[in-house]
Amino acid sequence: MAKKRLVLTFPPSLVNTPVTYHLVKDYDLVVNILRARVTPEEEGKLVIDLEGEKDKLEKGVKYLSELGVHIQPLARDVTWNEENCTHCTACITICPTEALSVDKDTRKVSFDKEKCIACELCIPACPYQAMVILI
Amino acid sequence: MAKTIKEINEKIRKGEVVVVTAEEMIDIVEEKGAKKASQEVDVVTTGTFGPMCSSGMYINVGHAKPRIKIGGGKCYLNNVPTYAGWAAVDIYLGCTALPDDDPRNAVHPGAFKYGGGHVIQEFVAGKDILLEAEAYGTDCYPRKKLKVWINIKDVNEAVLFNPRNCYQNYNIAVNLSEKTIYTYMGILKPRLGNANYCSAGQLSPLLNDPYYETLGIGTKIFLGGGIGYVAWQGTQHNPTAKRKENGVPCGGAGTLAVIGDLKQMSPEWLRGTTMTGYGVTLTVGIGVPIPILDEEIARYTYRGERQ
Repeated sequence: MAKKRLVLTFPPSLVNTPVTYHLVKDYDLVVNILRARVTPEEEGKLVIDLEGEKDKLEKGVKYLSELGVHIQPLARDVTWNEENCTHCTACITICPTEALSVDKDTRKVSFDKEKCIACELCIPACPYQAMVILI
Repeated sequence: MAKTIKEINEKIRKGEVVVVTAEEMIDIVEEKGAKKASQEVDVVTTGTFGPMCSSGMYINVGHAKPRIKIGGGKCYLNNVPTYAGWAAVDIYLGCTALPDDDPRNAVHPGAFKYGGGHVIQEFVAGKDILLEAEAYGTDCYPRKKLKVWINIKDVNEAVLFNPRNCYQNYNIAVNLSEKTIYTYMGILKPRLGNANYCSAGQLSPLLNDPYYETLGIGTKIFLGGGIGYVAWQGTQHNPTAKRKENGVPCGGAGTLAVIGDLKQMSPEWLRGTTMTGYGVTLTVGIGVPIPILDEEIARYTYRGERQ
């Protein structure tokens, strides 16, 4: 089984296309929608986990791409600016997926992009503007 | 036998001084006992780095030609209002100051992206800051408006002066209500969803000298990445707070007013800070050396507890 976490951007023309339905029915993919912002007549944004057999996953992504959906990995849109971080840990209890965590011995904060679902809860919690999410 | 500060200073001059961190001292006292530790160790270093709202800087910006009397007028640094109730060109910027047009909590929780604390961080970092002043004009100070970029290296004096820093201890913040609240202790989730505290614990300066026996007015400290001094007791200083047997106060208790030349400080240790829904502040780095004069002080730096 392969897995991808993607940010999908839909042009207005695709907002009424049931994309996730086709990913499930035609490509047998497990779709977990982490975030969705779909406004008719405007652009739509979807942050999703896609899981399935490797070739089916690739075909599913190809299907999206051919439809005209803009695809990019989530990791590229989420940045932990370590230079700004003071390791104050204000974000730790706010982050729902433990993407932000603190080492029990060193008391230092670290960020695991793979666990991030771009919920943006850390943005207001960080006093030093160390988290940047551009979705 | 007890040591004196003079003797410790002499050891420093000779390069024979023994300095350990407050963390290391715990192990030393545990291993050797307080008496032996007090003989072997001369200085214990302590430190803290946290948001401290009673912080700010005063600067003397020098005289323009023709002169302007900013005192009694208005003065802004990067659109953040300063206190201009002093002499002609002395101004004070507090770290919680906000631009007049900041929406604050009009749409709750407010973002508070920029304020006095951020101006101080940028100023210390050597960035140019826009000064805008308005005055009423006098015979000797005829100018009524001034708009000029200033830089820390060009102003006559830049001094960090914080009326209350370094709280000895502090309460933990929790939220028992049904909705998220936005506080100076951070975002607190409902129904005891999290607990936020702000103390450097075993490293904290005033926890290592709970009765303020070795520090006072004039104590030389680490402040904002440079050298500073204890100026006075901090505002709200309360030495009579309830304490545990080892001297550690159960609440806020002691505070310090600190001062130092901003020109030799660093933006790494003076950070503009945003507390969503609350406001802007400054995160200040402070370190205080505790001279180990006798066994009792060695015991205070240990406290018999791992925190």
